[in-house]
Amino acid sequence: MDINILTVFILAIIVGNEIISKVPPTLHTPLMSGSNAISGIAIVGAIIATKIDGSIGTWFGLIAVVFATVNVVGGFMVTDRMLKMFKRK
Amino acid sequence: MDYSKIFYVVSAVLFILGLKKLSHPKTARNGNMISSVGMLIAIVATLLSYNSLDFTLILIGMLIGGLIGGIFAVKVEMTQMPQMVAIFNGFGGAASALVAGADFITNMDKLKTGEMINGLDPTFYLVVVILSIFVGTLTFTGSFIAFGKLQGFISGQPIIFPGQQILNALFAISLISITVYLSMGGNDLVNFFYAIVFLSALMGITLTIPIGGADMPVVISLLNSYSGVAAAATGFVLMNNGLIISGSLVGASGLILTNIMCKGMNRSLANVIFGAVGLVQEGASDGGAQKQMNIKSYSTEEAAMILDAAEKIIVVPGYGLAVAQAQHAVREVADLLESQGKKVLYAIHPVAGRMPGHMNVLLAEANISYDQLKDLDEINPEFEDCDVAIVLGANDVVNPAARHDKSSPIYGMPILNVDKSRTVLINKRTMNPGFAGIQNELFGFDNSIMVFGDAKDMLQQLLKDLKEL
Repeated sequence: MDINILTVFILAIIVGNEIISKVPPTLHTPLMSGSNAISGIAIVGAIIATKIDGSIGTWFGLIAVVFATVNVVGGFMVTDRMLKMFKRK
Repeated sequence: MDYSKIFYVVSAVLFILGLKKLSHPKTARNGNMISSVGMLIAIVATLLSYNSLDFTLILIGMLIGGLIGGIFAVKVEMTQMPQMVAIFNGFGGAASALVAGADFITNMDKLKTGEMINGLDPTFYLVVVILSIFVGTLTFTGSFIAFGKLQGFISGQPIIFPGQQILNALFAISLISITVYLSMGGNDLVNFFYAIVFLSALMGITLTIPIGGADMPVVISLLNSYSGVAAAATGFVLMNNGLIISGSLVGASGLILTNIMCKGMNRSLANVIFGAVGLVQEGASDGGAQKQMNIKSYSTEEAAMILDAAEKIIVVPGYGLAVAQAQHAVREVADLLESQGKKVLYAIHPVAGRMPGHMNVLLAEANISYDQLKDLDEINPEFEDCDVAIVLGANDVVNPAARHDKSSPIYGMPILNVDKSRTVLINKRTMNPGFAGIQNELFGFDNSIMVFGDAKDMLQQLLKDLKEL
Protein backbone atom coordinates (compact mmCIF):
# COMPACT_ATOMS: atom_id res chain seq x y z
CA MET A 1 0.00 0.00 0.00
CA ASP A 2 0.95 3.60 -0.49
CA ILE A 3 3.06 4.82 2.41
CA ASN A 4 2.48 8.46 1.48
CA ILE A 5 -1.22 8.27 2.16
CA LEU A 6 -0.59 6.67 5.55
CA THR A 7 1.84 9.49 6.36
CA VAL A 8 -0.82 12.04 5.48
CA PHE A 9 -3.34 10.21 7.68
CA ILE A 10 -1.08 10.05 10.72
CA LEU A 11 0.08 13.66 10.41
CA ALA A 12 -3.53 14.83 10.06
CA ILE A 13 -4.46 13.07 13.30
CA ILE A 14 -1.53 14.69 15.11
CA VAL A 15 -2.34 18.14 13.78
CA GLY A 16 -6.02 17.63 14.59
CA ASN A 17 -5.17 16.68 18.14
CA GLU A 18 -2.96 19.73 18.60
CA ILE A 19 -5.36 22.37 17.32
CA ILE A 20 -8.53 20.91 18.74
CA SER A 21 -7.16 20.58 22.27
CA LYS A 22 -6.71 24.36 22.16
CA VAL A 23 -10.40 25.03 21.56
CA PRO A 24 -11.88 26.34 24.84
CA PRO A 25 -14.85 24.46 26.36
CA THR A 26 -17.07 27.46 25.74
CA LEU A 27 -16.82 26.84 21.99
CA HIS A 28 -17.24 23.07 22.04
CA THR A 29 -20.73 23.09 20.52
CA PRO A 30 -19.71 25.28 17.56
CA LEU A 31 -16.61 23.09 17.22
CA MET A 32 -18.86 20.09 16.89
CA SER A 33 -21.25 21.61 14.37
CA GLY A 34 -18.33 23.12 12.47
CA SER A 35 -16.42 19.85 12.29
CA ASN A 36 -19.68 18.26 11.26
CA ALA A 37 -19.71 20.55 8.27
CA ILE A 38 -16.12 19.58 7.51
CA SER A 39 -17.03 15.88 7.55
CA GLY A 40 -19.36 16.85 4.71
CA ILE A 41 -16.17 16.68 2.61
CA ALA A 42 -17.62 13.31 1.64
CA ILE A 43 -19.42 15.45 -0.95
CA VAL A 44 -16.25 15.28 -3.03
CA GLY A 45 -16.50 11.51 -3.15
CA ALA A 46 -20.24 11.77 -3.73
CA ILE A 47 -19.80 13.98 -6.79
CA ILE A 48 -17.25 11.56 -8.22
CA ALA A 49 -19.56 8.61 -7.50
CA THR A 50 -22.39 10.07 -9.61
CA LYS A 51 -20.12 9.47 -12.61
CA ILE A 52 -20.55 5.71 -12.27
CA ASP A 53 -22.88 5.18 -15.18
CA GLY A 54 -26.03 3.23 -15.48
CA SER A 55 -25.82 1.42 -12.19
CA ILE A 56 -27.09 1.71 -8.66
CA GLY A 57 -23.80 3.54 -7.93
CA THR A 58 -25.08 6.74 -9.56
CA TRP A 59 -28.08 6.74 -7.25
CA PHE A 60 -25.91 6.08 -4.22
CA GLY A 61 -23.75 9.01 -5.32
CA LEU A 62 -26.73 11.29 -5.79
CA ILE A 63 -28.22 10.49 -2.37
CA ALA A 64 -24.76 11.02 -0.89
CA VAL A 65 -24.59 14.44 -2.58
CA VAL A 66 -27.88 15.40 -0.91
CA PHE A 67 -26.80 14.13 2.54
CA ALA A 68 -23.35 15.70 2.37
CA THR A 69 -24.76 19.04 1.21
CA VAL A 70 -27.17 19.04 4.15
CA ASN A 71 -24.10 18.62 6.34
CA VAL A 72 -22.01 21.27 4.63
CA VAL A 73 -24.63 24.00 4.28
CA GLY A 74 -26.46 23.32 7.53
CA GLY A 75 -23.25 22.81 9.49
CA PHE A 76 -21.50 26.00 8.44
CA MET A 77 -24.66 28.10 8.68
CA VAL A 78 -25.66 26.96 12.16
CA THR A 79 -22.09 27.35 13.40
CA ASP A 80 -22.05 30.92 12.15
CA ARG A 81 -25.41 31.54 13.80
CA MET A 82 -24.04 30.32 17.14
CA LEU A 83 -20.70 32.11 16.94
CA LYS A 84 -22.50 35.37 16.18
CA MET A 85 -24.06 35.14 19.65
CA PHE A 86 -20.76 34.98 21.52
CA LYS A 87 -20.24 38.57 22.62
CA ARG A 88 -18.30 40.37 25.24
CA LYS A 89 -19.58 43.24 27.32
CA MET B 1 -1.07 15.54 -12.92
CA ASP B 2 -4.56 15.84 -11.59
CA TYR B 3 -4.90 19.47 -10.53
CA SER B 4 -7.87 18.85 -8.26
CA LYS B 5 -5.39 17.28 -5.82
CA ILE B 6 -3.63 20.61 -5.32
CA PHE B 7 -6.93 22.22 -4.49
CA TYR B 8 -7.70 19.49 -1.95
CA VAL B 9 -4.47 20.39 -0.18
CA VAL B 10 -5.53 24.05 -0.16
CA SER B 11 -8.91 23.04 1.29
CA ALA B 12 -7.27 20.94 3.99
CA VAL B 13 -5.00 23.83 4.96
CA LEU B 14 -8.02 26.15 5.17
CA PHE B 15 -9.86 23.65 7.39
CA ILE B 16 -6.88 23.52 9.73
CA LEU B 17 -6.57 27.32 9.83
CA GLY B 18 -10.30 27.63 10.38
CA LEU B 19 -10.25 25.20 13.29
CA LYS B 20 -7.24 26.98 14.73
CA LYS B 21 -9.20 30.21 14.86
CA LEU B 22 -11.81 28.45 16.99
CA SER B 23 -9.37 28.78 19.88
CA HIS B 24 -10.92 32.14 20.79
CA PRO B 25 -14.51 33.47 20.55
CA LYS B 26 -13.17 36.66 18.96
CA THR B 27 -11.68 34.91 15.93
CA ALA B 28 -14.00 31.91 15.80
CA ARG B 29 -16.56 33.32 13.38
CA ASN B 30 -13.83 34.25 10.97
CA GLY B 31 -12.42 30.73 11.30
CA ASN B 32 -15.75 29.18 10.38
CA MET B 33 -15.83 31.38 7.29
CA ILE B 34 -12.33 30.21 6.32
CA SER B 35 -13.39 26.56 6.67
CA SER B 36 -16.43 27.13 4.50
CA VAL B 37 -14.27 28.71 1.79
CA GLY B 38 -12.09 25.59 1.98
CA MET B 39 -15.16 23.47 1.34
CA LEU B 40 -16.25 25.61 -1.58
CA ILE B 41 -12.82 25.23 -3.17
CA ALA B 42 -12.95 21.44 -2.77
CA ILE B 43 -16.42 21.23 -4.34
CA VAL B 44 -15.65 23.51 -7.29
CA ALA B 45 -12.32 21.78 -7.95
CA THR B 46 -14.09 18.40 -8.03
CA LEU B 47 -16.83 19.62 -10.34
CA LEU B 48 -14.30 21.07 -12.78
CA SER B 49 -11.72 18.32 -12.88
CA TYR B 50 -13.87 15.33 -13.75
CA ASN B 51 -15.24 14.95 -17.25
CA SER B 52 -18.62 13.56 -18.05
CA LEU B 53 -20.21 14.67 -14.81
CA ASP B 54 -23.96 15.15 -14.97
CA PHE B 55 -24.08 18.73 -13.69
CA THR B 56 -27.87 18.99 -13.70
CA LEU B 57 -28.23 15.92 -11.53
CA ILE B 58 -25.53 17.03 -9.10
CA LEU B 59 -26.89 20.55 -8.93
CA ILE B 60 -30.39 19.29 -8.15
CA GLY B 61 -28.93 17.10 -5.39
CA MET B 62 -26.99 20.01 -3.94
CA LEU B 63 -30.01 22.28 -4.15
CA ILE B 64 -32.18 19.82 -2.23
CA GLY B 65 -29.47 19.20 0.37
CA GLY B 66 -28.64 22.89 0.70
CA LEU B 67 -32.29 23.77 1.18
CA ILE B 68 -32.80 21.13 3.88
CA GLY B 69 -29.56 22.08 5.65
CA GLY B 70 -30.29 25.79 5.41
CA ILE B 71 -33.79 25.45 6.84
CA PHE B 72 -32.48 23.31 9.69
CA ALA B 73 -29.74 25.84 10.43
CA VAL B 74 -32.07 28.83 10.54
CA LYS B 75 -35.00 27.22 12.35
CA VAL B 76 -33.32 25.11 15.02
CA GLU B 77 -33.72 26.26 18.62
CA MET B 78 -30.49 26.40 20.61
CA THR B 79 -31.92 23.88 23.10
CA GLN B 80 -32.35 21.47 20.18
CA MET B 81 -28.76 21.80 18.99
CA PRO B 82 -27.85 18.27 20.20
CA GLN B 83 -30.64 16.79 18.09
CA MET B 84 -29.49 18.71 15.04
CA VAL B 85 -25.87 17.66 15.48
CA ALA B 86 -27.05 14.07 15.94
CA ILE B 87 -28.96 14.15 12.65
CA PHE B 88 -26.05 15.79 10.85
CA ASN B 89 -23.63 13.20 12.19
CA GLY B 90 -25.97 10.60 10.75
CA PHE B 91 -26.11 12.25 7.34
CA GLY B 92 -22.32 12.57 7.27
CA GLY B 93 -21.91 8.90 8.08
CA ALA B 94 -24.51 7.88 5.52
CA ALA B 95 -22.87 9.99 2.80
CA SER B 96 -19.50 8.31 3.41
CA ALA B 97 -21.05 4.85 3.48
CA LEU B 98 -22.94 5.51 0.23
CA VAL B 99 -19.81 6.74 -1.53
CA ALA B 100 -17.84 3.72 -0.37
CA GLY B 101 -20.75 1.45 -1.31
CA ALA B 102 -20.98 2.92 -4.81
CA ASP B 103 -17.25 2.42 -5.31
CA PHE B 104 -17.44 -1.14 -3.97
CA ILE B 105 -20.24 -2.08 -6.37
CA THR B 106 -18.32 -0.65 -9.33
CA ASN B 107 -15.16 -2.53 -8.47
CA MET B 108 -16.69 -5.94 -7.78
CA ASP B 109 -15.44 -7.34 -11.07
CA LYS B 110 -11.90 -6.24 -10.32
CA LEU B 111 -12.10 -7.85 -6.90
CA LYS B 112 -12.90 -11.19 -8.56
CA THR B 113 -9.86 -10.98 -10.82
CA GLY B 114 -7.55 -9.67 -8.12
CA GLU B 115 -6.57 -6.50 -9.98
CA MET B 116 -5.33 -3.35 -8.25
CA ILE B 117 -8.24 -1.04 -7.33
CA ASN B 118 -7.81 2.75 -7.18
CA GLY B 119 -4.10 1.97 -6.96
CA LEU B 120 -4.65 -0.21 -3.90
CA ASP B 121 -3.94 -3.84 -3.22
CA PRO B 122 -7.35 -5.62 -3.46
CA THR B 123 -7.19 -6.98 0.09
CA PHE B 124 -6.40 -3.57 1.54
CA TYR B 125 -9.13 -2.06 -0.61
CA LEU B 126 -11.62 -4.61 0.68
CA VAL B 127 -10.76 -3.88 4.31
CA VAL B 128 -11.07 -0.09 4.00
CA VAL B 129 -14.21 -0.22 1.89
CA ILE B 130 -15.96 -2.52 4.37
CA LEU B 131 -14.70 -0.38 7.27
CA SER B 132 -16.08 2.72 5.61
CA ILE B 133 -19.48 1.13 4.96
CA PHE B 134 -19.56 -0.29 8.48
CA VAL B 135 -18.67 2.91 10.36
CA GLY B 136 -20.78 5.11 8.09
CA THR B 137 -23.91 2.95 8.36
CA LEU B 138 -23.49 2.48 12.11
CA THR B 139 -23.16 6.25 12.50
CA PHE B 140 -26.33 6.73 10.49
CA THR B 141 -28.60 4.41 12.47
CA GLY B 142 -26.93 5.19 15.81
CA SER B 143 -27.41 8.92 15.26
CA PHE B 144 -31.09 8.50 14.58
CA ILE B 145 -31.54 6.51 17.78
CA ALA B 146 -29.65 9.27 19.63
CA PHE B 147 -31.91 11.85 17.98
CA GLY B 148 -35.00 9.88 19.01
CA LYS B 149 -33.82 9.73 22.60
CA LEU B 150 -33.01 13.44 22.76
CA GLN B 151 -36.29 14.40 21.13
CA GLY B 152 -38.24 12.06 23.37
CA PHE B 153 -39.50 9.75 20.59
CA ILE B 154 -37.65 6.93 22.29
CA SER B 155 -37.41 6.50 26.05
CA GLY B 156 -34.38 8.22 27.55
CA GLN B 157 -34.00 5.26 29.86
CA PRO B 158 -31.45 2.67 28.78
CA ILE B 159 -33.15 -0.10 26.80
CA ILE B 160 -31.53 -3.37 27.71
CA PHE B 161 -32.41 -6.98 27.03
CA PRO B 162 -30.73 -10.25 27.95
CA GLY B 163 -27.93 -11.29 25.62
CA GLN B 164 -27.47 -7.79 24.21
CA GLN B 165 -23.69 -7.96 24.57
CA ILE B 166 -23.58 -11.43 23.03
CA LEU B 167 -25.67 -10.20 20.11
CA ASN B 168 -23.28 -7.30 19.49
CA ALA B 169 -20.34 -9.68 19.63
CA LEU B 170 -22.08 -11.97 17.11
CA PHE B 171 -22.63 -9.03 14.76
CA ALA B 172 -18.99 -8.05 15.01
CA ILE B 173 -17.78 -11.62 14.44
CA SER B 174 -20.05 -11.96 11.40
CA LEU B 175 -18.66 -8.76 9.90
CA ILE B 176 -15.09 -9.84 10.44
CA SER B 177 -15.84 -13.29 9.00
CA ILE B 178 -17.38 -11.76 5.89
CA THR B 179 -14.32 -9.55 5.42
CA VAL B 180 -11.94 -12.49 5.79
CA TYR B 181 -14.03 -14.69 3.48
CA LEU B 182 -14.19 -12.04 0.77
CA SER B 183 -10.50 -11.22 1.04
CA MET B 184 -9.75 -14.88 0.35
CA GLY B 185 -11.61 -14.55 -2.94
CA GLY B 186 -15.11 -15.40 -1.74
CA ASN B 187 -17.98 -15.10 -4.20
CA ASP B 188 -21.43 -13.55 -4.12
CA LEU B 189 -20.13 -10.04 -3.42
CA VAL B 190 -23.45 -8.26 -3.99
CA ASN B 191 -25.32 -10.24 -1.35
CA PHE B 192 -22.48 -9.91 1.12
CA PHE B 193 -22.49 -6.17 0.49
CA TYR B 194 -26.13 -6.00 1.58
CA ALA B 195 -25.37 -8.23 4.55
CA ILE B 196 -22.63 -5.82 5.66
CA VAL B 197 -24.99 -2.85 5.39
CA PHE B 198 -27.72 -4.71 7.28
CA LEU B 199 -25.43 -5.88 10.10
CA SER B 200 -23.85 -2.42 10.48
CA ALA B 201 -27.26 -0.76 10.62
CA LEU B 202 -28.41 -3.18 13.32
CA MET B 203 -25.23 -2.61 15.30
CA GLY B 204 -25.77 1.13 15.24
CA ILE B 205 -29.12 0.50 16.93
CA THR B 206 -28.07 -2.15 19.44
CA LEU B 207 -25.03 -0.13 20.52
CA THR B 208 -27.04 3.07 21.09
CA ILE B 209 -30.32 1.95 22.71
CA PRO B 210 -28.71 0.78 25.98
CA ILE B 211 -27.22 4.23 26.60
CA GLY B 212 -29.21 6.48 28.94
CA GLY B 213 -30.32 10.04 28.31
CA ALA B 214 -27.80 11.47 30.75
CA ASP B 215 -24.96 9.94 28.74
CA MET B 216 -26.07 11.50 25.47
CA PRO B 217 -23.22 14.09 25.46
CA VAL B 218 -20.76 11.21 25.22
CA VAL B 219 -22.72 9.43 22.51
CA ILE B 220 -23.07 12.52 20.33
CA SER B 221 -19.37 13.25 20.64
CA LEU B 222 -18.55 9.67 19.76
CA LEU B 223 -20.87 9.64 16.75
CA ASN B 224 -19.28 12.93 15.67
CA SER B 225 -15.93 11.17 15.77
CA TYR B 226 -17.33 8.19 13.82
CA SER B 227 -18.61 10.46 11.06
CA GLY B 228 -15.03 11.69 10.68
CA VAL B 229 -13.60 8.18 10.74
CA ALA B 230 -16.08 7.15 8.04
CA ALA B 231 -15.00 10.07 5.84
CA ALA B 232 -11.31 9.24 6.38
CA ALA B 233 -11.92 5.58 5.52
CA THR B 234 -13.72 6.65 2.36
CA GLY B 235 -10.65 8.78 1.63
CA PHE B 236 -8.55 5.61 1.68
CA VAL B 237 -11.02 3.86 -0.61
CA LEU B 238 -10.80 6.66 -3.16
CA MET B 239 -7.14 7.48 -2.39
CA ASN B 240 -8.20 11.06 -1.80
CA ASN B 241 -6.05 13.15 0.55
CA GLY B 242 -8.77 15.77 1.01
CA LEU B 243 -11.11 13.23 2.56
CA ILE B 244 -8.39 11.59 4.62
CA ILE B 245 -7.17 14.84 6.19
CA SER B 246 -10.63 16.32 6.82
CA GLY B 247 -11.99 13.05 8.12
CA SER B 248 -9.04 12.65 10.49
CA LEU B 249 -9.53 16.19 11.84
CA VAL B 250 -13.17 15.47 12.61
CA GLY B 251 -12.35 12.05 14.03
CA ALA B 252 -9.74 13.54 16.35
CA SER B 253 -12.08 16.36 17.37
CA GLY B 254 -14.91 14.00 18.27
CA LEU B 255 -12.60 11.74 20.22
CA ILE B 256 -11.19 14.65 22.25
CA LEU B 257 -14.70 15.80 23.11
CA THR B 258 -15.74 12.24 23.99
CA ASN B 259 -12.81 12.05 26.35
CA ILE B 260 -13.67 15.39 28.00
CA MET B 261 -17.29 14.28 28.50
CA CYS B 262 -16.21 10.95 30.01
CA LYS B 263 -13.84 12.73 32.40
CA GLY B 264 -16.64 15.13 33.34
CA MET B 265 -18.68 12.16 34.48
CA ASN B 266 -15.74 10.13 35.82
CA ARG B 267 -16.73 7.26 33.56
CA SER B 268 -14.74 5.25 31.11
CA LEU B 269 -15.94 5.09 27.55
CA ALA B 270 -16.49 1.34 27.89
CA ASN B 271 -18.60 1.99 30.97
CA VAL B 272 -20.80 4.46 29.10
CA ILE B 273 -21.28 2.17 26.11
CA PHE B 274 -21.75 -1.13 27.91
CA GLY B 275 -22.56 -0.09 31.47
CA ALA B 276 -26.16 1.13 31.07
CA VAL B 277 -25.86 3.08 34.31
CA GLY B 278 -28.43 5.78 34.88
CA LEU B 279 -31.19 3.28 35.52
CA VAL B 280 -32.68 4.06 38.90
CA GLN B 281 -31.88 0.94 40.84
CA GLU B 282 -34.56 -0.41 43.07
CA GLY B 283 -33.65 -0.77 46.72
CA ALA B 284 -30.85 1.76 46.40
CA SER B 285 -33.01 4.44 47.96
CA ASP B 286 -31.37 7.00 50.12
CA GLY B 287 -34.40 7.30 52.37
CA GLY B 288 -32.34 7.29 55.54
CA ALA B 289 -30.11 10.15 54.53
CA GLN B 290 -33.11 12.11 53.32
CA LYS B 291 -34.78 11.96 56.73
CA GLN B 292 -31.80 13.48 58.46
CA MET B 293 -31.66 16.44 56.09
CA ASN B 294 -32.81 19.70 57.49
CA ILE B 295 -34.05 21.60 54.48
CA LYS B 296 -34.59 25.34 54.78
CA SER B 297 -37.12 26.64 52.29
CA TYR B 298 -36.86 30.38 51.61
CA SER B 299 -39.11 32.80 49.75
CA THR B 300 -37.76 34.87 46.86
CA GLU B 301 -38.08 37.92 49.12
CA GLU B 302 -35.69 36.42 51.66
CA ALA B 303 -33.39 35.29 48.85
CA ALA B 304 -33.36 38.86 47.49
CA MET B 305 -32.21 40.14 50.87
CA ILE B 306 -29.34 37.67 50.95
CA LEU B 307 -28.30 38.66 47.43
CA ASP B 308 -28.51 42.33 48.34
CA ALA B 309 -25.84 41.83 50.98
CA ALA B 310 -23.58 39.81 48.65
CA GLU B 311 -20.63 41.10 46.66
CA LYS B 312 -19.56 38.08 44.68
CA ILE B 313 -22.17 35.81 43.14
CA ILE B 314 -21.64 32.67 41.09
CA VAL B 315 -24.50 31.26 39.04
CA VAL B 316 -24.47 27.49 38.42
CA PRO B 317 -26.82 26.74 35.53
CA GLY B 318 -28.00 23.19 34.87
CA TYR B 319 -30.06 21.77 32.09
CA GLY B 320 -33.23 22.47 34.09
CA LEU B 321 -32.56 26.15 33.45
CA ALA B 322 -32.64 25.64 29.70
CA VAL B 323 -35.75 23.46 29.93
CA ALA B 324 -37.49 26.30 31.79
CA GLN B 325 -36.23 28.74 29.10
CA ALA B 326 -34.95 30.87 31.96
CA GLN B 327 -31.64 32.05 30.46
CA HIS B 328 -32.95 35.54 29.79
CA ALA B 329 -34.42 35.81 33.27
CA VAL B 330 -31.01 34.88 34.71
CA ARG B 331 -29.35 37.57 32.68
CA GLU B 332 -31.85 40.20 33.85
CA VAL B 333 -31.19 39.31 37.50
CA ALA B 334 -27.44 39.32 36.86
CA ASP B 335 -27.62 42.69 35.07
CA LEU B 336 -29.39 44.23 38.04
CA LEU B 337 -26.88 42.79 40.51
CA GLU B 338 -23.96 43.97 38.38
CA SER B 339 -25.43 47.45 38.15
CA GLN B 340 -25.25 47.49 41.96
CA GLY B 341 -21.50 46.87 41.71
CA LYS B 342 -21.60 43.14 42.44
CA LYS B 343 -19.45 40.63 40.62
CA VAL B 344 -21.36 37.87 38.78
CA LEU B 345 -19.74 34.79 37.26
CA TYR B 346 -21.16 31.61 35.74
CA ALA B 347 -19.83 28.15 36.55
CA ILE B 348 -20.24 25.70 33.69
CA HIS B 349 -19.74 22.01 34.35
CA PRO B 350 -18.52 20.01 31.31
CA VAL B 351 -21.73 17.95 31.30
CA ALA B 352 -24.10 20.79 32.20
CA GLY B 353 -25.97 20.58 28.89
CA ARG B 354 -26.91 17.82 26.49
CA MET B 355 -23.73 18.11 24.44
CA PRO B 356 -20.24 19.59 24.95
CA GLY B 357 -20.40 23.37 25.40
CA HIS B 358 -24.19 23.38 25.11
CA MET B 359 -24.79 25.51 28.21
CA ASN B 360 -22.37 28.15 26.94
CA VAL B 361 -24.34 28.52 23.73
CA LEU B 362 -27.61 28.78 25.66
CA LEU B 363 -26.15 31.54 27.85
CA ALA B 364 -24.52 33.33 24.92
CA GLU B 365 -27.94 33.34 23.27
CA ALA B 366 -29.23 35.26 26.30
CA ASN B 367 -26.51 37.87 25.70
CA ILE B 368 -24.36 36.82 28.61
CA SER B 369 -20.77 37.89 28.02
CA TYR B 370 -18.49 34.93 27.23
CA ASP B 371 -15.75 36.07 29.59
CA GLN B 372 -18.14 35.54 32.52
CA LEU B 373 -18.55 31.86 31.61
CA LYS B 374 -15.99 29.85 33.55
CA ASP B 375 -15.19 26.17 33.27
CA LEU B 376 -14.69 23.77 36.14
CA ASP B 377 -10.97 24.34 36.76
CA GLU B 378 -11.25 28.11 36.52
CA ILE B 379 -14.25 28.49 38.79
CA ASN B 380 -13.63 26.05 41.62
CA PRO B 381 -11.08 28.23 43.46
CA GLU B 382 -13.52 31.16 43.11
CA PHE B 383 -16.12 29.55 45.39
CA GLU B 384 -13.85 30.03 48.43
CA ASP B 385 -14.55 33.77 48.60
CA CYS B 386 -17.97 33.66 46.97
CA ASP B 387 -20.87 35.11 48.95
CA VAL B 388 -23.77 33.42 47.19
CA ALA B 389 -23.74 30.52 44.75
CA ILE B 390 -27.05 30.27 42.88
CA VAL B 391 -27.72 26.72 41.71
CA LEU B 392 -30.36 26.66 38.98
CA GLY B 393 -31.63 23.28 37.86
CA ALA B 394 -28.29 21.58 38.50
CA ASN B 395 -28.07 18.65 40.87
CA ASP B 396 -25.53 15.86 40.45
CA VAL B 397 -22.77 18.25 39.33
CA VAL B 398 -22.93 20.06 42.70
CA ASN B 399 -23.35 16.99 44.92
CA PRO B 400 -20.50 16.95 47.48
CA ALA B 401 -20.97 13.18 47.88
CA ALA B 402 -18.88 12.87 44.71
CA ARG B 403 -15.89 14.01 46.77
CA HIS B 404 -16.16 11.73 49.81
CA ASP B 405 -18.92 9.11 49.62
CA LYS B 406 -17.40 6.00 48.09
CA SER B 407 -20.81 4.29 47.96
CA SER B 408 -22.29 7.05 45.82
CA PRO B 409 -22.76 6.24 42.11
CA ILE B 410 -21.22 9.60 41.26
CA TYR B 411 -18.19 9.19 43.55
CA GLY B 412 -15.07 10.58 41.87
CA MET B 413 -16.95 12.74 39.39
CA PRO B 414 -15.47 16.25 39.27
CA ILE B 415 -18.03 18.63 40.76
CA LEU B 416 -18.48 22.36 41.25
CA ASN B 417 -17.61 23.08 44.88
CA VAL B 418 -20.58 25.35 45.51
CA ASP B 419 -20.72 24.24 49.16
CA LYS B 420 -17.55 26.28 49.81
CA SER B 421 -19.51 29.49 49.25
CA ARG B 422 -20.87 31.37 52.23
CA THR B 423 -24.45 30.73 51.09
CA VAL B 424 -25.76 28.27 48.52
CA LEU B 425 -29.11 29.26 47.05
CA ILE B 426 -30.67 26.26 45.34
CA ASN B 427 -33.64 26.50 43.04
CA LYS B 428 -35.48 23.29 42.23
CA ARG B 429 -38.98 22.45 41.16
CA THR B 430 -39.37 19.72 43.74
CA MET B 431 -37.16 17.52 45.88
CA ASN B 432 -36.90 14.88 43.10
CA PRO B 433 -33.42 13.42 42.66
CA GLY B 434 -31.31 14.17 39.59
CA PHE B 435 -30.27 11.97 36.68
CA ALA B 436 -28.13 9.61 38.72
CA GLY B 437 -31.24 8.97 40.81
CA ILE B 438 -29.67 9.96 44.12
CA GLN B 439 -30.57 12.46 46.77
CA ASN B 440 -28.21 15.41 47.18
CA GLU B 441 -26.77 15.95 50.68
CA LEU B 442 -25.96 19.56 49.73
CA PHE B 443 -29.60 20.51 50.22
CA GLY B 444 -29.32 19.81 53.94
CA PHE B 445 -26.07 21.72 54.54
CA ASP B 446 -26.11 24.56 57.09
CA ASN B 447 -25.19 27.13 54.44
CA SER B 448 -27.77 25.86 51.92
CA ILE B 449 -31.15 27.45 51.35
CA MET B 450 -33.78 26.18 48.95
CA VAL B 451 -36.14 28.28 46.85
CA PHE B 452 -38.68 25.97 45.24
CA GLY B 453 -40.48 26.64 41.99
CA ASP B 454 -40.05 26.86 38.23
CA ALA B 455 -36.70 28.53 37.45
CA LYS B 456 -38.17 31.22 35.22
CA ASP B 457 -41.01 32.17 37.59
CA MET B 458 -38.64 32.17 40.54
CA LEU B 459 -36.12 34.43 38.79
CA GLN B 460 -38.77 36.86 37.62
CA GLN B 461 -40.17 37.08 41.13
CA LEU B 462 -36.65 37.47 42.50
CA LEU B 463 -36.01 40.33 40.07
CA LYS B 464 -39.14 42.08 41.28
CA ASP B 465 -38.18 41.60 44.92
CA LEU B 466 -34.64 42.85 44.30
CA LYS B 467 -35.99 46.00 42.70
CA GLU B 468 -38.35 46.61 45.59
CA LEU B 469 -35.63 46.43 48.23
